[in-house]
Amino acid sequence: MASSISTAQNAEAPVFYLRDEHPHPEGHSTPLGFWIYLMSDCLIFAILFAIYGVVGGNYAAGPGPKDLFDLPLVALNTAMLLFSSITYGFAMLTMAKGRVAATQAWLAVTALFGLAFLSIELYEFRHLIHEGATPQRSAFLSAFFTLVGTHGLHVTFGTIWLFTLMAQVAKHGLIEANRRRLMCLSMFWHFLDVIWIGVFTFVYLMGMLR
Amino acid sequence: MTDASAPHSMLFGRLTLESIPIHEPILIATFAVVALGGIAVVGALTYFKLWGYLWREWFTSVDHKKIGIMYMVLGLIMLLRGFADAVMMRIQQAMAFNGSEGYLTAHHYDQIFTAHGVIMIFFVAMPLVTGLMNYVVPLQIGARDVSFPFLNNFSFWMTTAGAVLVMMSLFIGEFARTGWLAYPPLSGIAYSPDPGVDYYIWALQVAGVGTTLSGINLVCTIIKMRCPGMTLMKMPVFTWTSLCTNILIVATFPVLTAVLALLTLDRYVGTNFFTNDFGGNPMMYVNLIWIWGHPEVYILILPAFGIFSEVTSTFSGKRLFGYTSMVYATVVITILSYLVWLHHFFTMGSGASVNSFFGITTMIISIPTGAKIFNWLFTMYRGRIRFEAPMMWTVAFMLTFVIGGMTGVLLAVPPADFVLHNSLFLIAHFHNVIIGGVLYGLFAGMIYWFPKAFGFRLHPLLGKFSFWFWVVGFWFAFMPLYILGLMGVTRRMRVFDDPSLQIWFVIAGFGAFLILLGIVCFLLQIAYSIWKRDELRDVTGDPWNGRTLEWATSSPPPDYNFAFTPVVHDNDAWTDMKKRGYVRPLDGFKPIHMPRNTATGIVLAGFSMAMGFALIWHIWWLAAASFAAILVTAITHTFNYHRDFHIPAEEVVQAEDERTRLLAGSRA
Repeated sequence: MASSISTAQNAEAPVFYLRDEHPHPEGHSTPLGFWIYLMSDCLIFAILFAIYGVVGGNYAAGPGPKDLFDLPLVALNTAMLLFSSITYGFAMLTMAKGRVAATQAWLAVTALFGLAFLSIELYEFRHLIHEGATPQRSAFLSAFFTLVGTHGLHVTFGTIWLFTLMAQVAKHGLIEANRRRLMCLSMFWHFLDVIWIGVFTFVYLMGMLR
Repeated sequence: MTDASAPHSMLFGRLTLESIPIHEPILIATFAVVALGGIAVVGALTYFKLWGYLWREWFTSVDHKKIGIMYMVLGLIMLLRGFADAVMMRIQQAMAFNGSEGYLTAHHYDQIFTAHGVIMIFFVAMPLVTGLMNYVVPLQIGARDVSFPFLNNFSFWMTTAGAVLVMMSLFIGEFARTGWLAYPPLSGIAYSPDPGVDYYIWALQVAGVGTTLSGINLVCTIIKMRCPGMTLMKMPVFTWTSLCTNILIVATFPVLTAVLALLTLDRYVGTNFFTNDFGGNPMMYVNLIWIWGHPEVYILILPAFGIFSEVTSTFSGKRLFGYTSMVYATVVITILSYLVWLHHFFTMGSGASVNSFFGITTMIISIPTGAKIFNWLFTMYRGRIRFEAPMMWTVAFMLTFVIGGMTGVLLAVPPADFVLHNSLFLIAHFHNVIIGGVLYGLFAGMIYWFPKAFGFRLHPLLGKFSFWFWVVGFWFAFMPLYILGLMGVTRRMRVFDDPSLQIWFVIAGFGAFLILLGIVCFLLQIAYSIWKRDELRDVTGDPWNGRTLEWATSSPPPDYNFAFTPVVHDNDAWTDMKKRGYVRPLDGFKPIHMPRNTATGIVLAGFSMAMGFALIWHIWWLAAASFAAILVTAITHTFNYHRDFHIPAEEVVQAEDERTRLLAGSRA
């Protein structure tokens, strides 16, 4: 395109409009737009991390990380989420080969890992609240529940989205629009993984060292 | 942690008949006027059978031009509300001397100053700025629409839903009494147990979704949809400033969302982020909200700078002086705006080093801003200046804004700020830059692009009346506040003890009256121009001898903006086209691919509003139901794969032939 313009500029009658349309293909801005959305979402997590950094040590004479966190359980949870990212990756690979059934199967496995992650997280929350470590107990616990809970909410919506996309793939197959959507969810899913690694390190591992 | 003794029913939450303020005569009168006006509008729309037209052509439209106009209408309506609040404050402060309590109770007055700030920033300045960007940017870059047309419609309705929530608080319950940023612990549940702060939170959260999405949309549009030849350094300056503004929106509004969500948790769940006990830290809120809040003022001013650049260069008949430096100045301001937030609370006591850092970064911002002022002056230098209304606003801006900028640098000196913090000096300063910068810019922009949007100019004489009332009124209204601030008067006071101060408040009140006349003249100008539209008609599409692409198409532009995608060779693309013998294509039109209208945006926003209202009043079943409805609507929408259509070639031919006929008529 650039070369045709520069020649046009040198010619006597410059080209001021395109006779032949090169329409923007549908969804051409979607990857960029979705990236920008993810970065804005990342900023929300950044704020939650910052808050945790500021008040994470304010136990208000209540329990601290060492009293509460069960690292083996969290490690299991982390494994669930990391496995779900791998299986989503397999789903994308099979999608690239156009294999609908295999894609759906991998997506289903991903959803199962996602649900397992959520179940373990809910179990952990229930346990903490049962112990009296409620979000109201101290600023540390407010920040903890909010950061981890916001991530959990994201995984929840991601799972709903995943089921929606499975229905759409079942209905229309791996058409261009569906591939684009699966790609967006893929970025979302991996993004949540990256955030979780931050949570695992910053909240759980470093919490045990405090 | 809500007050357990408060009445709470399953069906209506804490909403009771006592929530309707029937004991407040001012509110009852306002309600009567609003209700009568509303009934008149609804009646007229029904009588003239306009509902279907509005629904099909406007409310469900994904056309960036129509959405832009709807944003402007929203902003102007809310301007009247915000200004009414301002007048009420001015009258109260001019009266409340010598033992008089004025006419407003503290309960009411505190709501008014909060609502004034919230409305003016979120529901006047933001919609007007977003509206102009929406309308103009795709035209300036030679595009047919934005990247995500449906999201654009949805964003507009979310903003409107937020505005409606604020307006509801006038007649159902009350608004926050905390000041426009709702600092905790005052805004926490212990000190503000009533629904006022909840109105504040949910109105801003709902509108904030719209703003963030609109920011993402316009960034994508500018990056992805530029016509061939328009490299970044050939973009019109308004597009550049819009790009920076939208990047700032994306980079800051999530912070507002997050911090308001945390305040919500403190209020609804009883967490301890910003409480005084259990390890909470209220100053964290203040820091975070200003990390959003300071870039926010640049979100507002940058597009205004863009408008002044377009206007100065058009009405001086010259290429903009120092285009490159203008772009770099804009980018530098964008970055620096993120590094100054702490200057809003030097008095926090963060120590000399931290305060010095933020004081210095604040002062540095005046350098790129000063560069811009000189660029505009040099553009005017030896230009053939036409003093049309937009140019008058621009000159008034340069005079006013420089004063505001200088008082800003004064405030950036931490020791001086310790004296002036939260005084009327500060109030005078930020009104000086927001009115003298953002608002003057918006007026210049509205008058400048009005003929593009509607095909006729605004009446010049009434525009000049409006201009002079505004400008003179501004000086009368705010210079006294500088003086009062230097004498130590703090903001948000309802009554005063020292009678010697009264005269300054009376002068300020007189200034507000002049501004009122300015607003009336502006509305009259619009009404009169619509009435006399045939005399003011412009058929060329280029009434000001414009320089950028939006003037290359007809006024108003056809749905598809450009029959053929333009190709750009120069910064001032349209000037270049005119100079080098551009001939408008008359044949060879093809069908044009366009997005299809959808009602999903308005429906989603309606459910969001219902959810906000339900959460404000603790009507849990309604909140759950509307949340479910939002999910179902959104998911259903994704099952619709047919979101586009083609405008048939015949229709394009028809529209272009009409333009040919009009152009021929204008030359004859």
